[in-house]
Amino acid sequence: MSPDLAKPLLQIDRLVKRFGGFVALDGVSFHVMPGEILGLVGPNGSGKTTCINVISGLYKPNGGEVRFQGRSVGGLASHRLVHLGINRTFQVPKPFLPLTVRENVEVAAAYGRPAEGPSDIEAILASVELDGLGNKTAAELNSVQQKMLDLARALATGPRLLCVDELAAGLNPVELDRVAIRLRDLARGGMALLVVEHLMGFIDQVTDRVIVLNAGREIFEGVLAEAVRDPQVVEVFLGAAHVG
Amino acid sequence: MLRTKALRHTLFILLPVIAVAGLLPLAYSNQLLLFNFVVFLTLAQGVNILYGFTGYLPFGYVGFFGVGAYGFSLAVMHLHLPPLAALGAAALAAVLLGLVLTPLLRLSGAYFAIANLAASQAMFQVVSNPNLTDITKGPYGISLAGVFAPNLSYGVAVAILALTLGTVIYLRNSRFGLALLAVREDSVTAAMAGIDVVRTRTLAWQLSALVAGLIGGVFAWYVSVFYPETVFSPEFSIFAIVFALFGGVATITGPILGVVVLYGIYNAIGISTPQYFQLIYGALIMGLVLFLPNGVVSLFRRWGIDVP
Ligand SMILES: Nc1ncnc2c1ncn2[C@@H]1O[C@H](COP(=O)(O)OP(=O)(O)OP(=O)(O)O)[C@@H](O)[C@H]1O
Ligand SMILES: [Mg+2]
Repeated sequence: MSPDLAKPLLQIDRLVKRFGGFVALDGVSFHVMPGEILGLVGPNGSGKTTCINVISGLYKPNGGEVRFQGRSVGGLASHRLVHLGINRTFQVPKPFLPLTVRENVEVAAAYGRPAEGPSDIEAILASVELDGLGNKTAAELNSVQQKMLDLARALATGPRLLCVDELAAGLNPVELDRVAIRLRDLARGGMALLVVEHLMGFIDQVTDRVIVLNAGREIFEGVLAEAVRDPQVVEVFLGAAHVG
Repeated sequence: MLRTKALRHTLFILLPVIAVAGLLPLAYSNQLLLFNFVVFLTLAQGVNILYGFTGYLPFGYVGFFGVGAYGFSLAVMHLHLPPLAALGAAALAAVLLGLVLTPLLRLSGAYFAIANLAASQAMFQVVSNPNLTDITKGPYGISLAGVFAPNLSYGVAVAILALTLGTVIYLRNSRFGLALLAVREDSVTAAMAGIDVVRTRTLAWQLSALVAGLIGGVFAWYVSVFYPETVFSPEFSIFAIVFALFGGVATITGPILGVVVLYGIYNAIGISTPQYFQLIYGALIMGLVLFLPNGVVSLFRRWGIDVP
């Protein structure tokens, strides 16, 4: 590995998460640099969402460490992680339905970044193409728009690390392109991104590097072009395809 | 924008309600009835603060009212505090009970409602326990003839109603209120909006406890003679809930509408057959939760009329 001058923003070390006797994360280690987009791929049930859930404080880890900006943050409450600069989108977003689109973002801007100044809500809405829908309730949005609102909610907290869980699923090619460009823009601005996605084209378009997970273990780390030539990775994905 | 709205709500809802409640005794001689209206207006808004803004339905809400009444009475009887200072004891008693019961917020839905009901019954059992007669007068009830002052205590009740309405107006027009609604909708997403879910919920819980404790204290002062079953009657919880639900929670006007209409009907035809009303209102709660969870004002909203 080339010696990097910058330090990793997020460092995951031998992370373990169990549900009862089931081991969902079995010693996963990786890091994300500021301004980097790391892809997290793997078959269904391999632990991708669980990984984001632990990083964002939804679950406490059963072992290993989560370091953010050098500080051990594993097991901290979600809202405190948000204040430190970690945020995420949800695979199935659950926006605040009776609130307006603007209120959804406003409340995140108000509570998500106590240190910094208020974020520009209209600009954030425009960046995810929800401008003009600010006064509609979140319940009136379609599922793609709700995903974009979830992204806007996360962005309003001014994250340094953004975990994105299957944002691309259900988007049409035009929307996919726009979201890819948007994510690259964010990374260019210095934000680190962890992108979970099944669509390999999208992963190829946005990520600098990927981690491949299988059954809670990482089986590959590197660029996607090499991953698809890795026999173990091919086996896992073909195996998964056979099953379902 | 939020501030001008809050000002509008204060001018066009809070002030008229307070003016009517404050001035009506001059024109209408049944002050006790008016006092009961003020009590239910306050309790319905207290339920509104909790259920409307957090989604917890407090079937034992009367517990806070009862300990408020007893906090007031004990402070008058044993500490010889003047009534206004004794109201501080009422508030303290309710907030302490709220603190003790905070773990109930970990329960959800029906479990919370049942546990809260049980807690209020437990408070009743403690207070009316004959072994505590020296302190609480046990089952024999309280008599505070020395501080009896119907006009003054009526005025203080109206002031507490004003504070309560002011609180609800604040919740409707503030970021804190928005945060509460966010937590009510989805606590996980709310946490990822940076909201401290536990703290936010606990604050609303304590606000609604405080409101009930204060009005319970002033109730003790106003009636001056009462039994434990008077101030721990489940009827207070049921009525406050049905009034709030009927009008519509998470609004300012909904609970007011509910009290005026349903408590009005109750007083017009129900006094002679109160047992039927408990039954009817109990059924009405179920019907409302199932079929009209946002109350009558939500019908206006459906017709495009924005009701604050
Ligand atoms: N809260 C939970 N309780 C019990 N088991 C869980 C829980 N969350 C996840 N799991 C299990 O952990 C495993 C990993 O789930 P996870 O959601 O992380 O997979 P994933 O990689 O995100 O899959 P997908 O691509 O389908 O979203 C699955 O077997 C799942 O059933
Ligand atoms: Mg997943």
